[in-house]
Amino acid sequence: MIPAAFDYVRVGAADEAVAQLVEHGDDAKLIAGGMSLIPLMKLRLAVPTVLVDVGRVSELSYVREDGDEIAIGALTRHRDLETNDLLARQCGVLGAVTAEVGDNQVRHRGTIGGSVAHGDPASDLPAVLLALDATFVATGPAGRREIAAGSFFEGFLETALAPDELLTEIRVPRTGANGFSYQKFNRRAQDWAIVGALAVHAGGTTRVALVNMGTTPLRAAGVEEAVAGGAGAAEAAARAAEGTEPSSDLNADSSYREHLARVLVRRALEDAGA
Amino acid sequence: MHVGMTVNGVGHSYDVEPRTLLVGYVREACGLVGAKVGCDTSSCGACTVLVGGESVKSCTMLAVQADGCELTTIEGLAPNDTELHPVQQAFHEQHGLQCGYCTAGMVMAAVGFLEENPDPTDADVRIGLEGNLCRCTGYQNIVNAVLAAAGRPDEGSR
Repeated sequence: MIPAAFDYVRVGAADEAVAQLVEHGDDAKLIAGGMSLIPLMKLRLAVPTVLVDVGRVSELSYVREDGDEIAIGALTRHRDLETNDLLARQCGVLGAVTAEVGDNQVRHRGTIGGSVAHGDPASDLPAVLLALDATFVATGPAGRREIAAGSFFEGFLETALAPDELLTEIRVPRTGANGFSYQKFNRRAQDWAIVGALAVHAGGTTRVALVNMGTTPLRAAGVEEAVAGGAGAAEAAARAAEGTEPSSDLNADSSYREHLARVLVRRALEDAGA
Repeated sequence: MHVGMTVNGVGHSYDVEPRTLLVGYVREACGLVGAKVGCDTSSCGACTVLVGGESVKSCTMLAVQADGCELTTIEGLAPNDTELHPVQQAFHEQHGLQCGYCTAGMVMAAVGFLEENPDPTDADVRIGLEGNLCRCTGYQNIVNAVLAAAGRPDEGSR
């Protein structure tokens, strides 16, 4: 399978990328690692006529302390996050979940910003960033703006990013090294989650997020409410599928996904020490 | 457009379309057919090569993304015509292959993995090679081969 023909532009800085997006509009698509986009282009589900390669914009690859938060450059590769000592100490959940993305080969190429901007509800990182109430920084022709994770994921592969904006930074709170559990259910080790459940203690509350239980990553609000009200893991997890509309596919029908959500949330709460 | 890279220590440069996949560049332009197109969907790992010493699936990378990079393919591992690379030698001794189709990708993934994890356990190897599928299901000896190459043959189970 070969992608449809396109013009290729490699940029060296974020503002150059934005300029290309302004010039080419909807015909252009950004590529970072390409782990999500290239498969879509090979299937011709994505047919950009201009590919703007931001993969070598090294100014957007970093992990650093910034006040109460950890700031991560959008082009930081999964491999660099899973092996980052600062992240392991200050927001261990993000490093640990990153290590569950794809396989070694995928993590050598894929970036956190690419995963977020792709907006796939079956991806691991959007759910953890939603649970952490992360902040996304987008850069466009008018400058920088911040978007809360809670209002970023709008639909299946749809985000709040404008066509002329580049995701440049992800900011997460300091949650420490521990206090989380990610339960990913799949058939082959490297696959996307059929369902995934994350429990993490942050900011004095227990947050629970679901992977692949709808068209966007979701917070399990009913579970969080139950935990906050003093319910045990099993009682709280019984509400895991509330408000979800999971899809049915070859791997699992929607009722089985709802069952998985309840089981995986219970395991995550127990493992995270709710 | 012009895309050049160093493959197994030798400079290559060809005029290719931007949509040329790295595996196509390596196989068709460079003529190095060790890396296989298996699933063509970044699942099976048969196309694994090293870019800058790190394993990647060359069916899911554009050649132009590797422009100017250092590549290693299975053809570049052995030090000469009579000796094998230690990982190749271990696959040979441990019978780490059956039909052989996944082998070039398995060996390249293992070389990259051992570079990052020189002292792995059996479980580490299994997780480290999760991106490579063997349809003969010959995983046991593949894991044993990687552990043997790491100098930890006792970690392997039979």
